[in-house]
Amino acid sequence: MTIDIIAAAIRIATPLLFAALGGLLSERSGVFAVGLEGMMLAGAFAAIIGASATGSALGGIALAIVGGAIIATAVAVIAVRYRADNMVTGLAANILALGLTSYLLRVIAGGGAPASIHLDPLASWPIPYLSDIPTIGPLLFDQPPLTYLAVIGCVLMSLFLRRTQAGLTLTATGENPEAVFASGSSPMRVRMIAIITGGAIAGLGGAVLSLQQVGTFTDGMTGGRGYLALASLIVGRWTPWGAAIACLAFGAAEALELRMQTFGVPVSSYIVQMVPYLIALAVLAGIGRSSRMPASIGQPLPR
Amino acid sequence: MTSLLEMRGIVRCFGPLRANDGIDLTVEAGHILGLLGENGSGKSTLMKVLFGMLPPDAGTIAFRGRPLAGHHPREAMEAGIAMIHQHFMLVEAMTVTENVMLGWPDAGRILKRGEVAERVRETSRRFGLDLDPHVPIAGLSLGRRQRVEILKAILRKADLLILDEPTSNLAPPEVADLLSILRRLKSEGKGIVFISHKLPEVLEVCDDVVVLRAGRVTGRAPVAGASRAQLAEMMVGRDITAPHALTPREPGPSRVVARELSAAGLSPLSFEIRGGEILGVAGVDGNGQLELVDAIAGLNRARGGTLVLDGNDITHASVAARVAAGMAYMPADRGHRALVRDMTVAENLMLRDSRREPYARGWLLDAAGRTRSARRLMADYDIRAAGPGAITARLSGGNQQKVVIARELDRSPAVLVAHQAAWGLDPGATRFVLDRVIGLRDAGAAVLYVSSELEEVLAISDRIAVMSGGAFVAIVRRADADLRQIGLWMAGRAA
Ligand SMILES: Nc1ncnc2c1ncn2[C@@H]1O[C@H](COP(=O)(O)OP(=O)(O)O)[C@@H](O)[C@H]1O
Ligand SMILES: [Mg+2]
Repeated sequence: MTIDIIAAAIRIATPLLFAALGGLLSERSGVFAVGLEGMMLAGAFAAIIGASATGSALGGIALAIVGGAIIATAVAVIAVRYRADNMVTGLAANILALGLTSYLLRVIAGGGAPASIHLDPLASWPIPYLSDIPTIGPLLFDQPPLTYLAVIGCVLMSLFLRRTQAGLTLTATGENPEAVFASGSSPMRVRMIAIITGGAIAGLGGAVLSLQQVGTFTDGMTGGRGYLALASLIVGRWTPWGAAIACLAFGAAEALELRMQTFGVPVSSYIVQMVPYLIALAVLAGIGRSSRMPASIGQPLPR
Repeated sequence: MTSLLEMRGIVRCFGPLRANDGIDLTVEAGHILGLLGENGSGKSTLMKVLFGMLPPDAGTIAFRGRPLAGHHPREAMEAGIAMIHQHFMLVEAMTVTENVMLGWPDAGRILKRGEVAERVRETSRRFGLDLDPHVPIAGLSLGRRQRVEILKAILRKADLLILDEPTSNLAPPEVADLLSILRRLKSEGKGIVFISHKLPEVLEVCDDVVVLRAGRVTGRAPVAGASRAQLAEMMVGRDITAPHALTPREPGPSRVVARELSAAGLSPLSFEIRGGEILGVAGVDGNGQLELVDAIAGLNRARGGTLVLDGNDITHASVAARVAAGMAYMPADRGHRALVRDMTVAENLMLRDSRREPYARGWLLDAAGRTRSARRLMADYDIRAAGPGAITARLSGGNQQKVVIARELDRSPAVLVAHQAAWGLDPGATRFVLDRVIGLRDAGAAVLYVSSELEEVLAISDRIAVMSGGAFVAIVRRADADLRQIGLWMAGRAA
């Protein structure tokens, strides 16, 4: 039973983690990542289209990256280049992605009805030897490919932020863009690249949902996971491992809730779904603002 | 031999304003050049052009004989120029070492934290900077932060350092330290441009001075032969070192009477200010001055005692009621508390009276009335800006303060509460502010003038109160003021 919950938590956390890592890039550069939902959705859609068109999962993954990056490019241009409000831009991107993917799904079918593309979900890749360890072997080391990639992404992101000049410049841009300009880099460039790369990574999160987990795309299938990723990012205090732990915790909560439903425990699922956001709000209201939140987040660049 | 830096015919305009109007500037290695000028004379603009932050409209820059034509900070930095801005370009959440590494090629694409920290420690020791590589900037004093900027410049092997008003936020001992660091840099052959409007510092540390006024060079001289009065005259076009004239006059009846007035941060205070009198408040910053002015202005609620203005008890009156009773207030933090920096000059001028003529007709604002009134005030108070629609944040500090003065004084208030009214202003603007305050006194108003610059308080006050620990230690008439005694009082020692 506990094992099942952990397995479900990992499953639920994987798409969230990709989106949270993508959002991390954006927020560390000083732009609120409200558009994650739209980037994930575009990625989920593009993954299915790419995979069915090329007949290969790799084609799907590649197109998911492109799909997320396209929505992110719109956000980057409008919010950074034209200095529009981050919140409004992000929400508009989410609405745009929802409309666009639903529309294209119908265009592909040629008629009024949405196309129904069904592929096999991605098979798991057991890691030799490690997956033979009793209990934790099958639990941790017998996962589908994108799940491993999420963990690798988390490791790389952590190294990138702490060990590289580019990571330092990214963080500095979110704190004080003028200092970055004075140090010889362009904060506008940094923000644009961060948002677009972040969108590509969030697109992978969408691919996990559609390509890896269910093998199809349905309208609005991300169902608010982009916002949940945003909450994880905040609860995780804008660090990759913090976000990973938050994603897992939210995944576990959701898994637990499903269990409780089947056992007839009288807790409304709506209440359980509220919990991550309540925690995120508490973090924002209390400790978050004081320390970790990038100091210039949400502020347009000085001219 | 070519000079380290040669700028020729630099022109830079902001709309119709010629902030730099054909400036030539030469700096030699191993020399400190003082760049003097009033606020708004174009010093920062010239340095931003040099450092590639603003492209010039005309003119050339040559550094070590090679042209700098790309107009980008990176080009200037790679050529060996470092700029220490008026507002430091540091990331507060990061450590000294991280700030040094930011954008520095020697730190590597994969950061060499340990190695850089070691170089920070070593350089800090050699130049007497006293910096710990692992401390976050947020925990450092302004003086220390400035040294981080200097350290960055040294490590990047800059041959020319630009310091834009480096002393304006420093306490006196930190200023002394800075000047000795600059001499150290000079002895290592660096060229330095030292921007200031404080004459004594310039005379102390610089080899030559160039004076700017309204975007043009109005004087060049070796420091050795220049006198303070000469330089001041070059800066403002008139001799301003003469003391302010405070004509003795018989003060009128009491207009402000405080009896045992207490509030947060204030011990019970009793004092009176009569019409036509300036009560100066001297003291080291942070001894209750802010609490005092806020208590009188109605921003710091009274906990006990009484405050009377022209016979009306205003102890618990709202800010609006105090304003209606004739109170004017010039807060110390003019950028945040007196002005809305992102609004236009005309809008800031109408802020308090926006519900009345000429700013409003009935329920509607009157744009034409506002512009007309703004033009008149800008002329009367010599506010130099592109026009009534200019954004206030773009004005120099002196002109911003003139906006505040115009708004507060134009309606002939009964009482003026002024806190650090001349802080950070150049000599010309300081003179302007003091003259206007004296003019108000002569017109019969009661003035409370609070400043941490003792000289300023002595120059302008009829009586002087010395503040320490939230209380008045003593109140003396100017004629009876004994500098040594006031110094002791300021240090918190009772007579
Ligand atoms: N970015 C800007 N936009 C418009 N006007 C500006 C800008 N920067 C400076 N100015 C104006 O140019 C003039 C010179 O300013 P500045 O070089 O900052 O003077 P200083 O450093 O000598 O005090 C001032 O009148 C100022 O208001
Ligand atoms: Mg300046």
